[in-house]
Amino acid sequence: MSAKRPVFLDLWRIKLPATGIVSILHRVSGLLMIAAVPVAAALLALSLAGPEGFAAVAALLEHWLAKVALVVLAWSLAHHLFAGIRHLFLDIGIGLDRPVARTSARAAITVAVAAVLIGGGVILL
Amino acid sequence: MSRQASGLKAWVVQRVTALYLAVFFVYLLVHFLVAPPADYAAWRDWVAQPLVSLGLLVTVPVLLAHAWVGLRDVLMDYVKPLGLRVGLLSAAAFVFLAAGLWALRAILLVGLQG
Ligand code: HEM
Repeated sequence: MSAKRPVFLDLWRIKLPATGIVSILHRVSGLLMIAAVPVAAALLALSLAGPEGFAAVAALLEHWLAKVALVVLAWSLAHHLFAGIRHLFLDIGIGLDRPVARTSARAAITVAVAAVLIGGGVILL
Repeated sequence: MSRQASGLKAWVVQRVTALYLAVFFVYLLVHFLVAPPADYAAWRDWVAQPLVSLGLLVTVPVLLAHAWVGLRDVLMDYVKPLGLRVGLLSAAAFVFLAAGLWALRAILLVGLQG
C-alpha cells in the first residue's frame, strides 16, 4: 500500500450519512457494554448471594450515578440490538439499496432512543 | 492471531452469537419491564427456573465470545502496534474469563439449590 493516500479529516466539513452514524454508534454501544461486563457479573453474583446482597445491589442502583449508567447502557443495548438486526439483514442482502439503507439507519437510531424513553417512562411512572 | 477466531469463522461466530443474544435479551428486557423481581426470593426463584438458568448459563460464553470477536475487530482497526494489541486483548481475555466464571458460579449456585 502506498504511504501517501489522501486523508480528509476536517471534522467540521465531514458530513456522515445516517448509515455511517448508525455504524459508529453500533461500535460505541458495543464497547460501552463491554466496559459493563465485569460490573454486571459482580452485581449478578452479589444480588444472588443472599437477601443482604440483593438489598445492597438494589440500594446501589438507586444512586443517581448508577441511574445515569443504566440509561447509557439501556441505550447501548437498544441501539446495538436494532443496528445489529439491521446489520444482519444487510448481511443476507436485504435492504442494500441506498435509500432503503438510509431509511433503516434512521429508523434504528430513532427507535433505539424512543425505546429508552418509553422504557424509562414505564419504569419511572 | 488465533486460528479459531480468524477471518470467516469469527464472522460466523459473530452472527450466530448475535442471533442468540438478540432473542435472549429481548426476553430479559420484556421480563424486567413486565415483572421486575420484588425481593430476593422472587429474584432467586426466577433464576433457579431450569429454562432461565439454562438460558443464562448459555448466555455467558455466547456473550463473551461475541464481545471478544467484537473487541478484536475494533482493536485491529485502531491499535496497530502488534505488541500493544496482543497485550490489550490478553488483558481483556483475563477480565472476560474472570467475569464469566464468576457469573457462571453465581447462576449455578442458585440453580443447584433448586
Ligand atoms: C443484543 C443482541 C446483540 C446483537 C443483535 C448484536 C449484533 C452484532 C453484530 C451483527 C455485530 C457485527 C457488526 C460488524 O461486523 O460490523 C456486532 C458487533 C459487536 N458487538 Fe454485538 N450484538 C449484540 C450484543 C452485544 C453485547 C451484549 C456486546 C458487549 C458486551 C456486544 C459487543 C459488540 C462489539 C464490541 C462489536 C464490534 C463492533 C464493531 O466491529 O464495530 N454486542 N454485534
